[in-house]
Order: sequence, then C-alpha cells, then structure tokens
Amino acid sequence: MSQRQVLQVFEQYQKARTQFVQMVAELATRPQNIETLQNAGVMSLLRPLLLDVVPTIQQTAALALGRLANYNDDLAEAVVKGDILPQLVYSLAEQNRFYKKAAAFVLRAVGKHSPQLAQAIVDCGALDTLVICLEDFDPGVKEAAAWALGYIARHNAELSQAVVDAGAVPLLVLCIQEPEIALKRIAASALSDISKHSPELAQTVVDAGAIAHLAQMILNPDSKLKRQVLSVLSQIAKHSVDLAEMVVEAEIFPVVLTCLKDKDEYVKKNASTLIREIAKHTPELSQLIVNAGGVAAVIDCIGSCKGNIRLPGIMMLGYVAAHSENLAMAVIISKGVPQLSVCLSEEPEDHIKAAAAWALGQIGRHTPEHARAVAVTNTLPVLLSLYMSTESSEDLQVKSKKAIKSILQKCTYLPALEPFLYDAPPNILKHVVGQFSKVLPHDSKARRLFVTSGGLKKVQEIKAEPGSLLQEYINSINNCYPEEIVRYYSPGYSDTLLQRVDSYQPLTH
Amino acid sequence: MATLARLQARSKFVAQQYYFRNSVVDIFRKKEYDAAVKIQSWFRGCQVRAHIRNLHRVATIIQKWWRSYSGRQEYQLIVKFASCAMKMNLYNAMAVRIQRRWRGYRIRKYCFNYFYLKEYLKAVSETNDAIREALEEFAEMKEREEKKADLEREEKKRDYQARKTHYLLSTKQIPGIYNSPFRKDPDPWELRLQKAKPLTYQRSKVKQKRCISLSSWLACTSARSFPRSEILPPIDRKQCQGPFRDITEVLEQRYKPLEPTLWVAEPISELKVAREEFRRQEWMRDVNDNMFLPFSSYHKNKKYTPLMHSSSKYGPNSYGSQHFRDENPKKWICDKG
Repeated sequence: MSQRQVLQVFEQYQKARTQFVQMVAELATRPQNIETLQNAGVMSLLRPLLLDVVPTIQQTAALALGRLANYNDDLAEAVVKGDILPQLVYSLAEQNRFYKKAAAFVLRAVGKHSPQLAQAIVDCGALDTLVICLEDFDPGVKEAAAWALGYIARHNAELSQAVVDAGAVPLLVLCIQEPEIALKRIAASALSDISKHSPELAQTVVDAGAIAHLAQMILNPDSKLKRQVLSVLSQIAKHSVDLAEMVVEAEIFPVVLTCLKDKDEYVKKNASTLIREIAKHTPELSQLIVNAGGVAAVIDCIGSCKGNIRLPGIMMLGYVAAHSENLAMAVIISKGVPQLSVCLSEEPEDHIKAAAAWALGQIGRHTPEHARAVAVTNTLPVLLSLYMSTESSEDLQVKSKKAIKSILQKCTYLPALEPFLYDAPPNILKHVVGQFSKVLPHDSKARRLFVTSGGLKKVQEIKAEPGSLLQEYINSINNCYPEEIVRYYSPGYSDTLLQRVDSYQPLTH
Repeated sequence: MATLARLQARSKFVAQQYYFRNSVVDIFRKKEYDAAVKIQSWFRGCQVRAHIRNLHRVATIIQKWWRSYSGRQEYQLIVKFASCAMKMNLYNAMAVRIQRRWRGYRIRKYCFNYFYLKEYLKAVSETNDAIREALEEFAEMKEREEKKADLEREEKKRDYQARKTHYLLSTKQIPGIYNSPFRKDPDPWELRLQKAKPLTYQRSKVKQKRCISLSSWLACTSARSFPRSEILPPIDRKQCQGPFRDITEVLEQRYKPLEPTLWVAEPISELKVAREEFRRQEWMRDVNDNMFLPFSSYHKNKKYTPLMHSSSKYGPNSYGSQHFRDENPKKWICDKG
C-alpha cells in the first residue's frame, strides 16, 4: 500500500477518536444521558484518550470526564478509582492552557462531592500543581485552579490546612487583584472557603494582606463579586475579636451599609451577616456599628426583604441589644421593635420567628423602659400565642417562653399586662401577677383602672395554693384595696348576698 | 453625960426616926431615883439625840457634797459625750453633704450621665436618619443609572438593527415597507433608517489597548501637540495641485515619532522607582509582613487603652485589677516591703 493510504488509516482513526470524544463531551452536558453513558462504560474508554497524542482529544476527553464527575459522586469515585488523577496531575504541569483548564475542571468536579474524594485529590499531589497553575498567565487557568482549590478547602479544616500549606493563599490574594471579574469572584470564594473553618486559617488569610484588597472591592458594582467579598469578610470576622477588629479597621463602615441597599438579595444577606459577625463579639464593636448608623440600615434592610434573607439582620439586632441597655435603647429609638414584631407575625418559618422572639427578648429584658417599648407594640400576645401553639417547634417555644419571661419581669406597663391575666398558663401568670403586685401599691390611677377593667375580679378567680408565691402576690394585691371591694369581687359574692337576703327576718314592730 | 443620956433616950427615937425617915425616904428614894433616872435618861436621850442629829447633819452635809461632786462628774461626762456626739453628728452631716455632692458628680461625670445618654441617643437617631437618607439617595441613584443603562442598551440595539436593515429604506421609486403611501407620516423606523449608516462589510473589531508608554503619551495631551494617530492615512489620496511638497515627506514630518533624549527618556526618579519595584516584588512574595521576632512575647507590646468613658483623672480602681488581696504592711512580721 502507498504511504498515503497508510496515513489515511491513521487519519480515520484520529477523526473517529475526535468525534467520539466530542460527542461524549456534548452528551455529558445533559443529565439524562449520563446514566446511559455510565452503563456503557465511558470511564474506561475515556481514560486512555487522556494520554492521546493529539492535544485536542486530550482536552476534550478531560472536559468530558469533568462533566461526568460533576454530575454525581459515584462517577467521581470512579474517576478516583480508575487512577486517572495521577495522570491528570502529571500532565497538568506540562500541557497548554486549555488542557490545564480542563484538568482543573476535573479536579474541581471530583473534589466537590465529599471530603474523602477531596482527600484523594490531595493525596495524589494535586495541590502543588494547582498552586503552580495559580501563577499561570492565563486568567482562565487561574480561575479553574482557584475554583478547584476552593472546592477542596470547603469540606473541613484539615483539607483547608493542606491547601494553605501548599502556599495557595498569597497567590489567591494576588488573583483577587487581577482585573478579570470572574477570577476575582472565584478567588474570593476560595478565600472564603479557606477561612471559614478556624481562626488560624483566617489569620493566615489576613496575614497575606487580603483584607485591604477585599475592602476596596466592596465598592465594585458587580453583585456576584460583592456577595463573595462580603462572605470572605464575614468568615474572617466571625472567629475572634482581633480578627473582627482588623476587618473593621479596614474602614468598611459606612461603605458596607450601601451594600444593604443592593438589588441582589444575597448581597444584602451577606452584608447583614458580616455586620452580625462583627457586632456579636464585644460591646465596643456594637457601639461602633451603632455610631455609624448601621442599626438603621439593617432595620431598613430587614423591612425590604423576606424569608431567610432577613435572618442575619434579625440576629444582629439581638446581639447588639444583648450587650448593654444603652445599645438596646439605641435599637429601640432606631425603630427596631415594630419591624421585629412585623417579622414575628408574618414570617412563615419557625426558625426565623424564633430568632425574632429571641431578639425581642434581648431588647426588652434590661429595664422597665425597654420592656415598655416592646410591650407597647402589642408583641406580647403574639409571643404568648407562639408559646402556647402546638404547631410551633420546640426551639420556637423555648425562645418565646424565655422572651416572655424576661420581658414580663421588667414590664410595668399595665395595659399590656392585663390581657395576660385572662389567657396565660400558670407559670407565666405567676410573673404577671407579681408585676401587678409590684406596681399597684404605688399608683392610685392604676389601681382604679385595674378595678374598672375587671382585673381585680380576674385575680380573685385565680386559684393558688396557700403559701405559694402566687398566693403572696394575690394577697399583696388584695391589700391595696379596701376589704369591701375585695369581697365584692370575690367569686360567689352575689350568692352570699342572696343567702343573706333569704335568711333576713324583717323587724316586726 | 446628959447628952449621952439624952442621946440614948433619943436613940431609939432616932433609930426609929432614922429607920422611919430612911424608910420614908426609901419610898421616896425609889420615886426620886426613878424620877432622877428618868430625868437623866431623858436628858441623856436628848443629848444623844442632839448628837445623832448633829451626826446626821454632818453626814448629810458630807453626803450632799459628795453627791453633788459625783453628780457633777457624771454630768460633765454626759456633757462631754453629748458634745462629742453632737460634733460627730455635725461632721457626719457635713461629710454626707460632701459625699453626696461628690458621688452625684462622679456618677454623672464618669459613670453614667443621663443627659449625655439622652444626647447620645439623639445623635444616634440623627445619624440613623442621615444614613437612611443617604442610602435612599444611593438606591435612587443606582436605579436611575440602571434605567439609563437599560435605555442606552435599547437604543444601541435599535441603532444596530437599523444599520443592519438599512436596505429597507424607501427610495424615490419604491416606497419602503415603513413608508406606506397610505400613511400620513412615515413610520418612525423609517426616520431611524434614514439616519443610520449602513454597516461596512467585514467590520474588524480593533480594540486598542491603552498602554502607558512614552509614545502614546503624546497622543493624549492637549491639541497643541502634534496629532498622532495609529491608523495610517489612505494610500490613494489624489495629489493636490500646487507647489506642495511630496505628501510622503509631509506625513513623515508630521507623524514623526518622539525621539526623546536619554535624560528625558528615563524618569528622574528611576533609581527610586526601581528600588520600590524591587521592594514591592519582595513584599508580594512574603507570606507574613511582620519581622521575625525571636521571642514570643515581643509582639505583646500593645498597651491596653481603656474606654474613655470609664477612665478618668481619678483612675480605675486598682483593687481587682492590679492587686487582689488586701495588704496591711503594718501587720507584717518581717519586712517584706
């Protein structure tokens, strides 16, 4: 045969290989085909194609593998078991940028499913090559490598430590400064995954000088980037006071407050998460946030969104109010309590209601002024109904009970306490009656109101064991009134009067 | 002898008389004796009574003087104690006055100042309002920008569409589809088509990278500098009539690139810039910016700055932070100081 015919055979084979691998890559984009592909044994067929002579076939094979591994973890395990990873890692170091991108995509797809698979990737030495890829010129390669590192570091602290030990953090900080938005996003997300596990890892990220760049990027108009940047900062700030102070020193206030007005819901959520993580550590940090007007911004943000987006904002108000009574008063004057009671009544989910109940309890527990501010908005009946309702989860019941108790122990606003006399369970009734017994001896107008509104009648009807605290309170309330009035309102008084009428003999002259 | 006889005759009488008188006297003697005894006893009684009276008088005087003396002593003690008590009460009252004022002042100035709290809360609410306004403005501005961007995008799309379909423009012979003769006015799309410039065949998208090199520096300065363009002038320009120089020569001269001298080409702070660059490279490589400190407590040099509101000239209480036990040096046996 002639040379051309010989070469034609090879060409045909090459064309067939190219076509096969391109079709597989395309089919792998649709989830319904993947089962069939798996049953047809596509893994074992793709593996030798990774070592193919033609670079395009290698790249497309790697891309197909990545898409398959991305779909579910069985396939990812098959990739690991099929010893494909060492080959990928080896050629990652040598090949051109398209191959690098595809190989990093495979590593990402395998590493995202579970910690064991990520550990397998680390064990075959992929981290060093991925870090080398982070130094590449092409931003697409950097993006793919950073994405893979982020997914590996996401699972647990050991894997994050392995990523940090490979020297990824300074390079990721460099990647953040690159002009391409997608690269910035992915690098920020990787830093967030690294720093979320432990304070030491967060400190490593901070030592690489990330905070200054991240603080500048808050002003970037891209909302997905803002999401990731705010997420990194909140993961750093959540671990300790020093880290939170370092984040604050980067002068994020009041710029962060503009993010609370963003159109994107998740930007709002991450911004309120960041503020919450800063506020929860010490009263000084909360004071700083209050002084910068953060409380008002967070309250507006809570008002403008619904559902889980509100949750960090609600918790932030609770943390701020929990530190001291001045801060709680600051929350009250920023009109936080009406907003929280709206959240309490209209949210369908129990955990958000529980958070709102907890926050209201923290606000109202300090002094009678605070309790009055909470009671005036008519939240106490709502809390009571949540406590009594059988549909509320246990967490919600516990939190609303605690909130009611802590507010009631300081509440001297009697119009809000009166409805409680009628429909409260005995353990709460004790506190209500106790509060009445504290207020009534000193206030004559309140005494009059108490009688005319029927409260005295209700108190007489309460049955209490003699010698119990409740009985003592009832006695002290009865001591505030003349005996005739107490007798008049005691139950069965009309019967005793009628009995006296029956037994009365008119005087016969 | 007569007397003797007379006496002897009388002796019996005398004897009788003697006996009679003695016995009579005897009767009276008892009486008189009793009377004498009575008188004497009475007299002695008076005497004794007088003596006792005297004694009583004297004892009374002594007792009176003694009682008055001891009463005076007691009275002086009482007066002393009463005056001490009065003085102490006075001092206490004055001390309470001072302490009251001082405590009120101290609490108000250093621990809790009600008016300051009120001012602070007012300031907080004002800041909140300001922030709310600023955020509203910001949101409005963002919306306006977005709307503007949307409108611009729409406009660009429509413009592109018009340029692509410019052939639908109506000519003098054939009215186009947007210019129906039955309409009073042509369709606005028609006017857009009229304004649009048709797309040239094979538009090459040349993106000019803005490189800050010395040659392009000249291009972005004021109009007084030579105009410099990247695109060369068209080749087939017709030769203008007249005593003009050769066009190539003119263009060469006009678009001559800048040939700066060596002194101008390098910036004056080249060395400093190079050093900075080097330092920056090194800094980029460093994972940790802090100098290596051999001992672990070198970095613990941050002095604790207490809150301004709880520190004062009078200082925080040292018991509880500096020392935790009461020390009485006077009670120490050996000299530990």
